[in-house]
Amino acid sequence: MRSQTQYRASFVADVVGSVLFGVLDVVGVVVVFRVTPALGGFAFAEVFLMTALAGCAFAAADLVVGNIERLRHYVRSGLFDVLLVRPLSSLAQLAAMDVATRRVGRVAFSAVVVVVAAANARVPITPGRLGLLVVTPVAGAMIFGAVFVATATVAFWWIESGEIANGLTYGGLNFAQYPITIYGALFRRLFAYVVGFAFVAYYPALVLLDRPDPLGAPALLGYASPAVGVAVVVAAALMWRAGVRHYRSTGS
Amino acid sequence: MTRVIETRGLRKEFTVRVKAGWLRRRTRVVTAVDGLDLTVDRGEMVGYIGPNGAGKSTTLKMLTGVLYPSAGHVRVCGFEPVRQRTRLARRIGVVFGQRSQLWWDLPLSESFTLLRHVYAVRAADSAARLARCRRLLELDAFLDVPVRQLSLGQRMRAELTAALLHGPEVLFLDEPTIGLDLVSKQAVRAFLAALGAAGDTTIVLTTHDLADIERLCRRLVVIDQGRLVHDGRRRLVVDLDEPLAVDLALPGVTVESTQANGRRIVYTLDGTITAGQLVSRLTEVAALRDISVLEPAIEDVVARIYTRHSP
Repeated sequence: MRSQTQYRASFVADVVGSVLFGVLDVVGVVVVFRVTPALGGFAFAEVFLMTALAGCAFAAADLVVGNIERLRHYVRSGLFDVLLVRPLSSLAQLAAMDVATRRVGRVAFSAVVVVVAAANARVPITPGRLGLLVVTPVAGAMIFGAVFVATATVAFWWIESGEIANGLTYGGLNFAQYPITIYGALFRRLFAYVVGFAFVAYYPALVLLDRPDPLGAPALLGYASPAVGVAVVVAAALMWRAGVRHYRSTGS
Repeated sequence: MTRVIETRGLRKEFTVRVKAGWLRRRTRVVTAVDGLDLTVDRGEMVGYIGPNGAGKSTTLKMLTGVLYPSAGHVRVCGFEPVRQRTRLARRIGVVFGQRSQLWWDLPLSESFTLLRHVYAVRAADSAARLARCRRLLELDAFLDVPVRQLSLGQRMRAELTAALLHGPEVLFLDEPTIGLDLVSKQAVRAFLAALGAAGDTTIVLTTHDLADIERLCRRLVVIDQGRLVHDGRRRLVVDLDEPLAVDLALPGVTVESTQANGRRIVYTLDGTITAGQLVSRLTEVAALRDISVLEPAIEDVVARIYTRHSP
């Protein structure tokens, strides 16, 4: 919280860095389309919209529960004990440990990118579409947030859990930014449906763009994101509970 | 008399993986706490001791809701610690000697403010308790200093304050005097003694320093290899001219045995009452011939256990 502003220089560097991160996401798409005119059957404007939606969802999830990756250190050092003797949810405490003000900048930036991408893709302005445009990043943030939490809970069982979490979270971001048609069948099924990453951007974007799914899924899936979000959040919460019960603490 | 802590058959096992050759692991089950039965009543001050690895901290962690017991029954303030953790947390205060619950980079006073919000305590209540701690623990000199710059003695006094701001019914202290110099130790002890004497806070503390126990605790509980090996309440042996005609009905006093046709009674005192109070009550209803107090032989018990563990 306030501890952060105690170190002003690093705070500024953090803000600049996190905006830069958002810019790089966009640059990545531009670079890909310098090489090819279409990706998995989608044009630049369409993929740009998916990237923007996924980026915004990720930034929002990172803002709320991004701090959860520190769980490892809390578990390893036994500091997690201290969280458990306070009358608040341990998950909420960890998330709030530093509500990174720098991450707010990234969310704001990515929201602007969504608006630009939607305008660029000529998404028709109807109440339904506007609603979907607002709801989608929220649902996507739930999905990413759940993945953040679920992967972090690995630390309760396996203290040396290092890169697994990043593989799934940042890997998930990269997956969700592009149309799922470009991935191999096995990988696509795993990420898109088991974890639910296809609901972060792909299916809602299809509805926004008024396109049928090349893979033949019904258009209704575009509206299913919030339900999927709730489902994975519940799953992640159950994992967290099981993890806390398995917590072994350390030392005296 | 209210029961604050109650455990029956409390047990905690850890699975330890031991390396057994190339890529193979053998799992071994270590029992840290092995069927612990313990009851503590309101206002008691209990010294909980045992050698390293005896299961003291594990017990404390199960009582505070940090660890989930492998088996057994446990209630603290009427709550089941893990399942009702957040509700229990409002009623207990915890000081882990080795872990700080203060915010490392913030001035001490801001840590107290944050904790007040975490526990949702009324500002006036918190301020009154803080004022008391500031006076008794002499915090004023370092209230504005970031916690990371505090000395160990100052930090421990700050931790005690932090654990008390929400007015807990039970205070759990895990090695509160570890590493402190003599002056700080005495300051902490004097403070805890005053807190215990007030009578409405139950205190359970683990320590390796027997002086803590002698100074503070009327009841000594010794644990070794996860089992209770000594639960020393003070005993009072009373010889009377005639068998007692009336029931004393004194809280904190139980009759352990009667001998010589009721003319000798052995009482156990649970720590909420002093031997003197019992004697003065007895003189009102009977003619006393002789009294003797059986102290728990702290050194004996402890020495026996510790020597068994030294090589």
